[in-house]
Amino acid sequence: MMNKLILEVSGLTMDFGGIRALDRLDLDVRSKEIVALIGPNGAGKTTFFNCLTGIYLPSNGDIRLVSPQTGKESRLNGLKPNKITEKGVARTFQNIRLFSQMTVLENVMIGRHCRTSSLILGAIFRGRKTRKEEQETIDKSYEILEKVGLAEQANEFASNLSYGAQRRLEIGRALATEPFLLLLDEPAAGMNPQETADLVSLILQIRDEDHAILLIEHDMKLVMTLSDRIFVMDYGEKIAQGTPAEIRVNRAVIKAYLGEDVESDNA
Amino acid sequence: MITVKEVKKSLLVSLWFVFLTFPLMVIKVNPYERTVSWRWSNMLYVAIGTFVISLLAKAWFVRKERRMARQQDSCRSRTPIIQKILQRPGYRYPLAAFLLGAALAFPQLFSTYQANIMTTALMYIVLGLGLNIVVGVAGLLDLGYVAFYAVGAYSYALLNLHFGMGFWTVLPIGGLLAALFGVLLGFPVLRLRGDYLAIVTLGFGEIIRLILENWNAFSKGPSGISNISRPGFFGMEMSLDQAMIYMYYLMIGLLLVTIFVVNRLQDSRLGRAWLALREDEIACQAMGIDKTRTKLIAFSLGAFWAGLIGVIFAAKTTFVNPASFTFMESAIILSIVVLGGMGSIVGVILGALILVLLPEYLRALSEYRMLAFGAILVAMMIFKPEGLIAGVRRVYCYQGRKRNTALKNDE
Ligand SMILES: Nc1ncnc2c1ncn2[C@@H]1O[C@H](COP(=O)(O)OP(=O)(O)O)[C@@H](O)[C@H]1O
Ligand SMILES: [Mg+2]
Repeated sequence: MMNKLILEVSGLTMDFGGIRALDRLDLDVRSKEIVALIGPNGAGKTTFFNCLTGIYLPSNGDIRLVSPQTGKESRLNGLKPNKITEKGVARTFQNIRLFSQMTVLENVMIGRHCRTSSLILGAIFRGRKTRKEEQETIDKSYEILEKVGLAEQANEFASNLSYGAQRRLEIGRALATEPFLLLLDEPAAGMNPQETADLVSLILQIRDEDHAILLIEHDMKLVMTLSDRIFVMDYGEKIAQGTPAEIRVNRAVIKAYLGEDVESDNA
Repeated sequence: MITVKEVKKSLLVSLWFVFLTFPLMVIKVNPYERTVSWRWSNMLYVAIGTFVISLLAKAWFVRKERRMARQQDSCRSRTPIIQKILQRPGYRYPLAAFLLGAALAFPQLFSTYQANIMTTALMYIVLGLGLNIVVGVAGLLDLGYVAFYAVGAYSYALLNLHFGMGFWTVLPIGGLLAALFGVLLGFPVLRLRGDYLAIVTLGFGEIIRLILENWNAFSKGPSGISNISRPGFFGMEMSLDQAMIYMYYLMIGLLLVTIFVVNRLQDSRLGRAWLALREDEIACQAMGIDKTRTKLIAFSLGAFWAGLIGVIFAAKTTFVNPASFTFMESAIILSIVVLGGMGSIVGVILGALILVLLPEYLRALSEYRMLAFGAILVAMMIFKPEGLIAGVRRVYCYQGRKRNTALKNDE
């Protein structure tokens, strides 16, 4: 399987004062692929997402994005987060960041913001174009809610949802921005086995709808079943990459996860 | 209900208050007769008063907690009763029609003096609704709102003085100038958040006032500009009374337009973006919302309304000077928004009526006005942080599926 390249990161480095959170990281994602990014806590995975989505400005390195639809190539470094979302990269957050005082549906509708355009005059006069756009926003948002299984709770406050449902709503909200690359930061954290199983089928469904997915996750079973390829990080550096089967037996990975002893035992 | 422990606590609170207020309430020094009188009885009043109030507050909290617990059991969010009434179309429209009728008949039923007070209240309602966009909806704490009000008022005063421009010409100009100031201030300032934004806007408000006070050549300084023309009505000559009543109806008209516009704005793509921005800026940006632009629009729209009312203020009083644009005005308008309920139009209207009309009709207590303001705001923060009337979220209906199936059936 050699799909088109859509994301190519090379030499990405991020320094916070004296701390080097990312160290010359290389990574690539191809279309319709599920790629996992794993590593111990504090390895720099979330920082990597923050650099990709423009929340942090990387100290060094290059992030290239190629749209699979248009083939247009762009450099993401230094772009504002909203511009990056417009280009087709959407994300969820490790510590859920929903708009808790808005309804579930409105949360998804916010995701449609960058694909719609009405402004002050449109809002006040509500011409035919604005009305059509609004109805489209509502309909598409409902469709997404059905996909993530939250249509029933559409008009409830987001804060009233269960933890697992909130995570799914974050995915729905990200999907509403019509991304071709979806970044998920620990989507299964805090979920029970049933919720995790639902999540797995949701992620597979999203992939089948032509989205590439880059996934940070600690649940190894989930990672091993879902991913096409895995990147492993530790202390900001990439220590391994490969298919799940390759990663499972990789020395460096086992060492990073279980500590020095493993190597000395085997040696 | 109330336990012994709580009674003990209330006793302690009242003792503490007796101690705190001792110098004020008990000792009275008469510097002329050089005597000191001790009013011991006041101690008793303070003690009893605080004890009762503290117990009542406790009881209220106990009730509230119980209600919350019950609510979580039944998993049902409670809509306030006023909102329930407002949401029922059967009540909503008759109620609105009645209020509008009452508002229109008001100057006929009461004296011009009363109408005049009402006009002031209406102006504050519109100011409140304008600031509500900035603070209530978009969550940008603006303490210098009065600056834009001043820009509007002085644009009319100066344009009228130097070029003899009329009210109706300057009304939109004043609004747009204020909005322009909003954009100019917003650009550097809107990257700040919360407290910092509040401090900078507060400073901006004072700067505008100080410029007006000190730049004599431009604004005639503290003595202000007088003899500003009243609004014309197709060149008709009007007596003072008629002019007042005209002003009243003009404000009713502007209020209706404002309610309409603010309502539509809140329920739009832009309004949702403002709300989202109020809650989480990072998530907003990650959803593709241009933070700076969206904030700037909110800021300048709010300023636009302040500018409009500024022009009307200048026309109503026919006189402006910097003393009308102190921080107090900003504080009052902000109190209206906070008291009424952030983001709720009905709330803001109610808040403005309470905060403007009560001091007018309770003149005897006007000395304590600021004290009462403070007390009301503190009490609100404790008992009803969401304001008198909390905003409610719209319920959307899904039409797509039905329409799609209908289409398919047609085929
Ligand atoms: N804004 C920041 N300022 C300073 N240090 C940071 C910041 N964000 C992350 N870091 C540091 O970067 C490292 C990686 O953190 P993070 O990316 O959250 O790890 P992970 O998501 O892999 O658990 C940590 O040592 C953390 O302290
Ligand atoms: Mg993390």
